[in-house]
Amino acid sequence: MARILIVAEHDGSALNPSTSKCVSCAAAIDGVEIDVVVLGASVADIANQCAAIDGVSRVRTIERPENEHPIAAVQAPQVAAICDDYSHVLGPSTTFGRDLMPHVAALLGVNQVSDIMSVEGPQTFKRPVYAGNAIVTVEAPDDAKLVATVRIASWPAAAGGNAAPVEAVTVDTAVPSHTQYIGLEATASDRPDLQTAARVVAGGRAFGSAEKFELLYELADVLGAGVGATRAAVDAGYCPNDMQVGQTGKIIAPELYVAIGISGAIQHMTGIKDAGTIVAINKDEDALIFEAADIGLVADLFDALPELIEALR
Amino acid sequence: MEKIIVGIKRVVDYNVRVRVRSDGSGVETDGVKMSINPFDEIALEEALRIKEAGKASEVIAVSIGTPEAQQQLRTGLAMGADRAILVTVDGTVDPLSIARVFKVLAEKEGAGLVLLGKQAIDGDHSQVPQMLAALWGRPQATFASGMSIDGSKARVQREVDAGIETVEVELPAVISVDLRLNEPRYVKLPDIMKAKKKPLEEISIADLGIEAGPVVTEGSYASPEGRQRGVRVDDVSALVNLLNEKGLV
Repeated sequence: MARILIVAEHDGSALNPSTSKCVSCAAAIDGVEIDVVVLGASVADIANQCAAIDGVSRVRTIERPENEHPIAAVQAPQVAAICDDYSHVLGPSTTFGRDLMPHVAALLGVNQVSDIMSVEGPQTFKRPVYAGNAIVTVEAPDDAKLVATVRIASWPAAAGGNAAPVEAVTVDTAVPSHTQYIGLEATASDRPDLQTAARVVAGGRAFGSAEKFELLYELADVLGAGVGATRAAVDAGYCPNDMQVGQTGKIIAPELYVAIGISGAIQHMTGIKDAGTIVAINKDEDALIFEAADIGLVADLFDALPELIEALR
Repeated sequence: MEKIIVGIKRVVDYNVRVRVRSDGSGVETDGVKMSINPFDEIALEEALRIKEAGKASEVIAVSIGTPEAQQQLRTGLAMGADRAILVTVDGTVDPLSIARVFKVLAEKEGAGLVLLGKQAIDGDHSQVPQMLAALWGRPQATFASGMSIDGSKARVQREVDAGIETVEVELPAVISVDLRLNEPRYVKLPDIMKAKKKPLEEISIADLGIEAGPVVTEGSYASPEGRQRGVRVDDVSALVNLLNEKGLV
């Protein structure tokens, strides 16, 4: 029987929805016990948010001043220190979890299963490889602890309404001081978060400039959508890097994805293949994106976009 | 700092459309173009720039793989690495074992920095740099899109989901690189000729005293469920009507 520990992701004030998605994955592993650990400097609020997730047995908190920022080399030894009672240790496949979990795995002397898409058995999973162009079934040894990241686009958020007990854990493991957090330059935006938005609009290099990208933001605001971009658009400086969708950017699964001036390179499509409905607007009728789009419109974006914004307003 | 170790993995080229073998045993590699993992190329470029700025004396390219990985190491030498080490394995090798190899080599060479790609575009694991940092007991700065070396420290800009995070790490350290860190140089013909004379040492993973395990075993491969081509609409109003019908707007 699986006893599962999930490492919560948060920014100090709010719990990231990735944690609730990890709980869904844990439930599919048939966990008899699903605990969530929260590391931070002061995490009472976050712990309560975790306790509300359906399926959570217990929330454990590790509060230390060194945990104010998520430094993997600092947090991994603390996670490893409380792993003894668990058969599975899960984290999200966001940059937070991808940074932390392999470090935990190595401290425990095991390999990690990255990006769990589906659970086929307590130690058997499906995961994407080659930018999602192949899906491989992997089996972890059952005599070793399993450390894994959960591909959050593959899992629904667990429901709320629970009131699991919260307990503080004292972990006095020595942590290194060789890494200093300097700061975070966050993109200020009132728009929905790209990774959890129900609707996402995204633009490619066809926009031609950062100024023209404003049109995309206008559409986003009309739809109440998050905004994404291709690698080419980010590299060209039209928008910040945290908007990149694809193999090396964010993997998302909105209900509606509107791809505008996006050709549909394999690496980009990897990031959106779980979207509900994909709409593509592109002036090249042979663009690859049309092979995967549910609704396609062959049109110049500078004609279609203002018209679309007007029609939706 | 004296030495920088750079990891080089031989992978199916970025531009190849990958196909799953019909028997599910893996992806088709017969007659397929193989290249340096693109992230590793960026790691090597960064190492060369650090050396050219006078902040390192030697760049060592390391690959763990089959003897064919010599080709990618030769390319790395042509780009400017000083020497190469190929740690040979039979078939594939798990990320933890690779991290163990890098740890042994980093200690043996007294490396000041190990620069690795943030992931390989075949397995997409994104594990080795973090595992190496754990085993070696040194700092890790993953997903770097900017970095500078200042004496015994490195300042690294990391691409995280929320934006750009900056950290400062003491050297020696492990840094995993992201796409926007730099643009790797092209290899020129004279450099390819020169690279043939540079040292390329081969050693087996067993000779380093490393045993694999515990390994996550790969079963069958399958193609992802493809999306179906949908409908074409003629104009924006038809698009809006359809979105309304589906209840999406």
